[in-house]
Amino acid sequence: MNTLVWIVLPYLCLAVFAAGHVWRWRRDQFGWTTHTSQLLENRLLRLGSPLFHLGAFGVIGGHAMGLLVPSWVTEAAGISEHLYHVTAVWGGTITGVALVTGLALLIARRFVSGRVRRVTTTMDKVLYAALAAMVTLGMVSTVGVNLLGDGYDYRETIAVWFRGIFWLRPEPELMSGAPLVYQLHALGGFLFLALWPFTRLVHVWSAPLAYLWRPYVVYRRRRGGVPTPPPVPAEVRDRALPAVSGRR
Amino acid sequence: MRIRAQVAMVMNLDKCIGCHTCSVTCKQTWTNREGTEYVWFNNVETKPGIGYPKHYEDQDRWHGGWKLDGKGRLTLRSGGRIKRLTRLFANPDLPSIDDYYEPATFDKDILVNAPAGLTDTPVKRPHSALTGEPMAVQWGPNWEDGLGGTHEIGAQDPNLARMPAEAAAKVRFEFEKTFMFHLPRICEHCLNPACVSACPSGAMYKREEDGIVLVDQDRCRGWRMCVSACPYKKVYVNHATGKAEKCTFCFPRIEAGQPTICSETCVGRLRYLGIVLYDEDAVLAAASVPDERDLLDAQRAVFLDPADPAVQEAAREAGMPEDWLRAALTSPVWRLISEYKIALPLHPEYRTLPMVWYVPPLSPVLDAVGAAGRDDTDADDVFHTIRELRIPVEYLAELFSAGDADVVAGVLMKLAAMRSYMRARTLDGTVAGELLDGIGMTAEQVEAMYRLLAIAKYDERYVIPVAHSKDAAALEAQAAAQPDCSLDCAGGPGMHETAATVTRFHLVDGDEVHPGRAGLSARRSDGRLGLTVNPVRGAS
Repeated sequence: MNTLVWIVLPYLCLAVFAAGHVWRWRRDQFGWTTHTSQLLENRLLRLGSPLFHLGAFGVIGGHAMGLLVPSWVTEAAGISEHLYHVTAVWGGTITGVALVTGLALLIARRFVSGRVRRVTTTMDKVLYAALAAMVTLGMVSTVGVNLLGDGYDYRETIAVWFRGIFWLRPEPELMSGAPLVYQLHALGGFLFLALWPFTRLVHVWSAPLAYLWRPYVVYRRRRGGVPTPPPVPAEVRDRALPAVSGRR
Repeated sequence: MRIRAQVAMVMNLDKCIGCHTCSVTCKQTWTNREGTEYVWFNNVETKPGIGYPKHYEDQDRWHGGWKLDGKGRLTLRSGGRIKRLTRLFANPDLPSIDDYYEPATFDKDILVNAPAGLTDTPVKRPHSALTGEPMAVQWGPNWEDGLGGTHEIGAQDPNLARMPAEAAAKVRFEFEKTFMFHLPRICEHCLNPACVSACPSGAMYKREEDGIVLVDQDRCRGWRMCVSACPYKKVYVNHATGKAEKCTFCFPRIEAGQPTICSETCVGRLRYLGIVLYDEDAVLAAASVPDERDLLDAQRAVFLDPADPAVQEAAREAGMPEDWLRAALTSPVWRLISEYKIALPLHPEYRTLPMVWYVPPLSPVLDAVGAAGRDDTDADDVFHTIRELRIPVEYLAELFSAGDADVVAGVLMKLAAMRSYMRARTLDGTVAGELLDGIGMTAEQVEAMYRLLAIAKYDERYVIPVAHSKDAAALEAQAAAQPDCSLDCAGGPGMHETAATVTRFHLVDGDEVHPGRAGLSARRSDGRLGLTVNPVRGAS
């Protein structure tokens, strides 16, 4: 059971994450978009979207800090356990609240505005449900366990297990002792990654940073372009007609 | 010098009767799809008026186009690159659907299926094409046509606010006092496009061969910066696909040497299409001239004289085909813009160097001359009256010359002089020499201009060289191979191959319009398309 949940499932999810993106990129460039609905509803989005996105940046950064940076690195850098804990909890709470507020507003506008409700796809609903579940679990573990509760040092267990997956040395026993919220959040995180390539979240990988360096006006040459005198339209049409009738 | 060719258009507003044939044929060709109900690549507006989307010319509000920064450098009005990226999450300058209009559809079933012998007449009601709910139609792509509401909102026209107050006071909106003219608008296919410059993903581009500005549908990621950056508001969000779409200048037709669909079907024969040679390296400097009123001449100076042997030589060196050079020589657009100098760009002060130019409307002048008890063949009388029109020259100047009334007056005088000259020549057999002197044109020039404007032969209005590409024949064959549609078929030119996630361009039997999205229309038992809304109770 431990092996299945804490080794097989993460690797499976990562495989789906990678293969899903390759598949989507190759097959569905046209669907690779933010799928903006600002045109249809602006009042709630104007507040909710920046809150959600900035909150998400903070939360992602926090996860990177907590999961990828081993505790001996921060100790070597002279950051005390207490200082780290305070930063992590408060940083996590603030960005988390921004994320929750933003997400709530974004979900609300899907219900409040009939125009937006109409363009909401099934995949959007799945994504919103998954996001809501993940954010709730995350907030419970940050605020409920670490801020108000006794606290749990995930850096010695979850973070080590997480890094182990990428070093190809997974240690499932580290996870079995973690509190249930943390277990669910970690599992959910991997499932969320597996869902990622099939949602509008793919727009994250198209963050247009190259815009900062490219020239303003983009010129492009039409593909092909060998100068040959083309036949007159009627000629082409007459030539194409037998082919059309043959196909019918 | 980097020499390029641009397919450009001139519209003679004097002849536009506002019949909307261009809008309708364009809509049928390009935007008759879900997600683009509110989109008009070509729309005809009534001026004075606030237009579509509402107040689009008010750049203090929408921040479209370019401006010069404190150091005199050209920057987008909506801010620099970093500022734009910080606004990706919510674009504060994006018009909402209500600024365009909420698209409506009607349930005609209630008329068709009305039982015989009703004592009251069945009435079809508008339903929102976005939600299916009953709605009141409150705006459209030309709501102000026939002076609809102009007496109430016409005064909000942003051009009036910029005019000198005494001239603005001359614009009347009351019925019987007012005067209006029509302004057909398509994408300007600018030399210095703000939309392309604002596109974060680099999906928008200007074609090197013919200058047509397009959106790469596969690369567009829906950041919607192009929509707000375009001062003409001619880039739209398709709310079904989440991608930007815009006027394509009917490039599949242009490549085959045919005029755009709006030009082809223009009843008034007021559109002219041709190529203009220009120097790409001169574009930035021209768009950056400090005084807005110098922009017109600066843009004209970017264009290259196709009759100049040095230009021809440079063009050949750059690999331009001979028939393109010949087309440039006979281009009606070049003649109207640079030879007769009667065509003017729409809002040159946006600094985008637009490539759809307009011959300003003259219609009321000769009537006004008569009404003032003057002689319409007398040069002085005509020229005087031009300054006293119901649509003040200052208003046209706000549209076409960054407020320089002398430029517009000069164009109107040329047009008035041409009419008077031709009238004298045809009716009396006399040559009104003083009219020609007044406008500084020769008799040959005036008669050639008259032929181009008034006779307006098809072959002279549209001088479009075919694309030099092995694709051209293939594109034609592809279009011809589709028996029921030419351009907007699935996989057709410029359109994306129909994939599972993509809106189809035609409704076909059994098609759901968009996955995950309840279709507003559905195939009925008799095979026709009907609404899925219940006309009495709203959504069924």
